[in-house]
Amino acid sequence: MSKVVVVTSGKGGVGKTTSSASLGAALAQTGQNVVLIDFDVGLRNLDLVMGAERRVVFDLVNVVQGDAKLPQALIRDKRIETLSLLPASQTRDKDALTEEGVLGVINELRAKFDWIICDSPAGIEKGAQLAMRFADMAVVVTNPEVSSVRDSDRIIGMLDSKTLRAENGEHFEKHLLLTRYNAARAAKGEMLNVKDVLEILAIPLLGIVPESADVLNASNLGCPVTLHNPESAAAKAYADAAKRLRGEMLEIVEPVEKKGLIGRLFGRKAAVA
Amino acid sequence: MPSDASALPQLRVRGRSFMALILVPEPPVTGWLAALDAQMERAAGYFAQKPVVVNFSALEGDRSDPAALLYALDMRGLQIIGVEGIERHRLAGSRFANLPDLRQKTGGEDELGREIALPSVAERTPAPALVPAVTSLLIDRPVRSGQSIIFEDGDVTIIGALSSGAEVVAGGSVHVYGALRGRAIAGVKSGANARIFCRKLAAELVAIDGIYGTADDWNKSFDDCAVQIQLDQGGLKISALG
Repeated sequence: MSKVVVVTSGKGGVGKTTSSASLGAALAQTGQNVVLIDFDVGLRNLDLVMGAERRVVFDLVNVVQGDAKLPQALIRDKRIETLSLLPASQTRDKDALTEEGVLGVINELRAKFDWIICDSPAGIEKGAQLAMRFADMAVVVTNPEVSSVRDSDRIIGMLDSKTLRAENGEHFEKHLLLTRYNAARAAKGEMLNVKDVLEILAIPLLGIVPESADVLNASNLGCPVTLHNPESAAAKAYADAAKRLRGEMLEIVEPVEKKGLIGRLFGRKAAVA
Repeated sequence: MPSDASALPQLRVRGRSFMALILVPEPPVTGWLAALDAQMERAAGYFAQKPVVVNFSALEGDRSDPAALLYALDMRGLQIIGVEGIERHRLAGSRFANLPDLRQKTGGEDELGREIALPSVAERTPAPALVPAVTSLLIDRPVRSGQSIIFEDGDVTIIGALSSGAEVVAGGSVHVYGALRGRAIAGVKSGANARIFCRKLAAELVAIDGIYGTADDWNKSFDDCAVQIQLDQGGLKISALG
């Protein structure tokens, strides 16, 4: 049974594309057949983050409009055999996509892949709605700041009303992926902490990805962090999130600021002495 | 005498025309009554509270007792206000003898009136008069940013939070079993008696009967507390709950 996952957020720049690439790569690294679809027609980025920008011939719009066959447009990753990419068009806009066309592509992909990961564009308009329309579940990417949380809340409301599953009265599964989490700033109250975000959004937590230069470097090099630096904290967070997507029950450890921990340990020693 | 007459109040008489249902029983009467029963079974409330006139024109020559037929209709709860198409003496001695003969009064017209479509099997919904009006709305999930719940017929109860950027507009009171972070507008219909209740006050705006306030308007000590909000001397009054 293949799963269609939409990676969405409402707000731009919170890490949808990075998270799509990292989760997709992490799933593929465990042997699952994964395809990533870039729904951001006109502002495509997933090809860059995957390092496939110079291999794009046909794209999602070509397939939806019948100008190319699906296998012609799929780009297989050179590092992980079971990972593929269906890029977006950079020269078109979101109106080039139709609901029937997207459904056709997703149905065709369902026959070939275990996971179909739809990287949603920012916003709440047609592009974002088409990306979520036929999904089985959603990963809501949120940064621990009020504007991102409110936009995510808006998107969750749309997931519960505009997806085909929701319209059919079925439960729509949603998971929260908290990215760019800075434990030190959260501890100082400069950012929302995990508890605040969970209380507002009230959906299950899939993972917490710490704010990290590793993620940025990996994106710039066109290689998901789970491949580029698998030992980094961010890569481990994505790998664990991918396992949770597959149904594994793993405890989520809230990142703590190392200095603070050492400080607490010293403080304790002093008290005992 | 003239003084007596002036002591009596002046009598006012008004005329009004209204719709009555005209039933035209057909022979054989037992079969027609069975059809009526079936119809009443399908749409129980159809004849409720509606004046009924029985027209006997189709039963001319039929030898059944018209009073017995009226009695049978009366037993079914039909509210008979008159008869037509029957000679008066045939009802003499029965309890229906005094029912007005409406045909005479309309000048002997032969018109039976416009035919009305009866509710079909598909329209089995009970008559609106029998269904109590819905006076509250229960929402058992969080109201998300951008969502708007508008319910003018009564109270709205939300189990979960009302998010920042979400709004609820209620004819009556608003009850939020969770954090109130968005806008709550109460009393659109019921007016100043409506109240707003929440488990945790973090609202962007609250309003009762058109009197509104934002976070600047209330004491910060109420933030994140369980409160009720009501109108008091034309202003919003917030008080802690239990």
